[in-house]
Amino acid sequence: MRRKVTRREALVTGLASVGGFALRYPRSLPPTYGSLLRMGDNLTYAAHRALLPQQALVKEYGEADITSFPAIGTTNPGSSGTPERARDYSRMESASFAEWTLSVEGLVGRPRTFSLAELRQLPSRTQITRHTCEEGWAAIAQWTGVPMGAILDAVGILPAARFVVSYSYDDFANSIDMLDAFHPQTILAYRMNGRDLSVPHGAPLRLRVERQLGYKGLKYLQRLVVTNEFDDGGTKGDLANGWAWYTGI
Amino acid sequence: MLVSGPFMHAHAVWVRVSHWIVTAGVLTLGYTGFVILMAHPRLYWGDAGNDLTPALIELPISRNYQHGGWAAATPLFEDRAAGPVSANRTYNIFNKNGWGRSLHFLAAWIVVLSSGVYFYLGVARGHFRADIWPARAAIVAPQSSADRQVRRDYSLQQKWVYSLVVFVAAPVIALTGLTMSPAVTAAFPLLLRAFGGYESARTVHFFAFVAVALFLIVHVVMVVRSGFRRQIRSMTVGV
Repeated sequence: MRRKVTRREALVTGLASVGGFALRYPRSLPPTYGSLLRMGDNLTYAAHRALLPQQALVKEYGEADITSFPAIGTTNPGSSGTPERARDYSRMESASFAEWTLSVEGLVGRPRTFSLAELRQLPSRTQITRHTCEEGWAAIAQWTGVPMGAILDAVGILPAARFVVSYSYDDFANSIDMLDAFHPQTILAYRMNGRDLSVPHGAPLRLRVERQLGYKGLKYLQRLVVTNEFDDGGTKGDLANGWAWYTGI
Repeated sequence: MLVSGPFMHAHAVWVRVSHWIVTAGVLTLGYTGFVILMAHPRLYWGDAGNDLTPALIELPISRNYQHGGWAAATPLFEDRAAGPVSANRTYNIFNKNGWGRSLHFLAAWIVVLSSGVYFYLGVARGHFRADIWPARAAIVAPQSSADRQVRRDYSLQQKWVYSLVVFVAAPVIALTGLTMSPAVTAAFPLLLRAFGGYESARTVHFFAFVAVALFLIVHVVMVVRSGFRRQIRSMTVGV
């Protein structure tokens, strides 16, 4: 005979799973602006954060697996975007980005800038990972860079910190939560396949967010801002342009 | 569950409700899936594939089909003459699919959750065993069509097709969908191994849905030919 689940058992199991879900549910969700689509995105985001192991690593491939890699979106900020930005970028590129700096600011104890030379001196991570484009294609490349967590530790984030917003020279912005920011494979990459990052792929520094789609990996990084409230860069960010903010999918 | 009897052929309430929720969900998934595919109508086998690598198949479904908008390719490694390359895109492709992807996942949530209830009740209420599963006895001794007329069971062919859709195609589509998620495969790398890589999973996802779409066409034709009003009544009000 089939055993019936008692009411008490059902209640206890139910409460335990709701409690477990609530504990790991993200404290700040992106705004939905009343859109059903954004509510669905938030459901996926909350479910991933509640149900998936928080620091699981994506698959890393071997050197023989490296594939051809299209360069899309901005392929040279020196010839697109606002004239002022284009001029700045071209000038820095012609000097091998010696003058380029990454500014790290917001809710941090010691806001500062990093030159490319300073970033190269920090402990680095090299990984061969798959870039999964929202369009449907994928490419495998080797990336070398500084884990974003190491940069955040160096500037000392304040306890209220929830998101890291990235701004780029080609006038885009993007943000990720602290879980992805401190994920070991989230790196600020300055090398691709063993060579300095080329201009089409985001020179001198680009973000890699391996557990999300390719478009979260902003190219041509200029500035990181740590915030306590949701901010994806406003008009330059994903949501204002009709794209999902969380793309762990 | 089919309530058998000479004059009754009623679907249980939970069968009727889940049937229509899943119908709306699957139509939404098919439409948004098509829009997503339009951005890159090329399919591959393996872990990775893109416009600079050979495709398994190219579908002529958008202006992105064989667009060829790429600048001259440069090698990624100086020491590998025939190795991987990079190239800049010189052509703005169709890529307004952000809404399509978000709606696809919203519909997927609805279909997966209601299918979960359907599978649970299908087993718990004996619906799968009694009405869907092509039972051994039936294979050995098919019921006569006269017998079926009275009992109004599904034919053995119907049971096979329904079983393939419910127990094979639907789980394969759900699993290959999850295999395309970088966050999910970080947690469950077995999925990538099971389907032979990210792009293989995408290809299997597509062809498994094509199979379901063909089933839907045959299903609707059969509903129309076997008495449209009676069938719709049976799947809505249940009499």
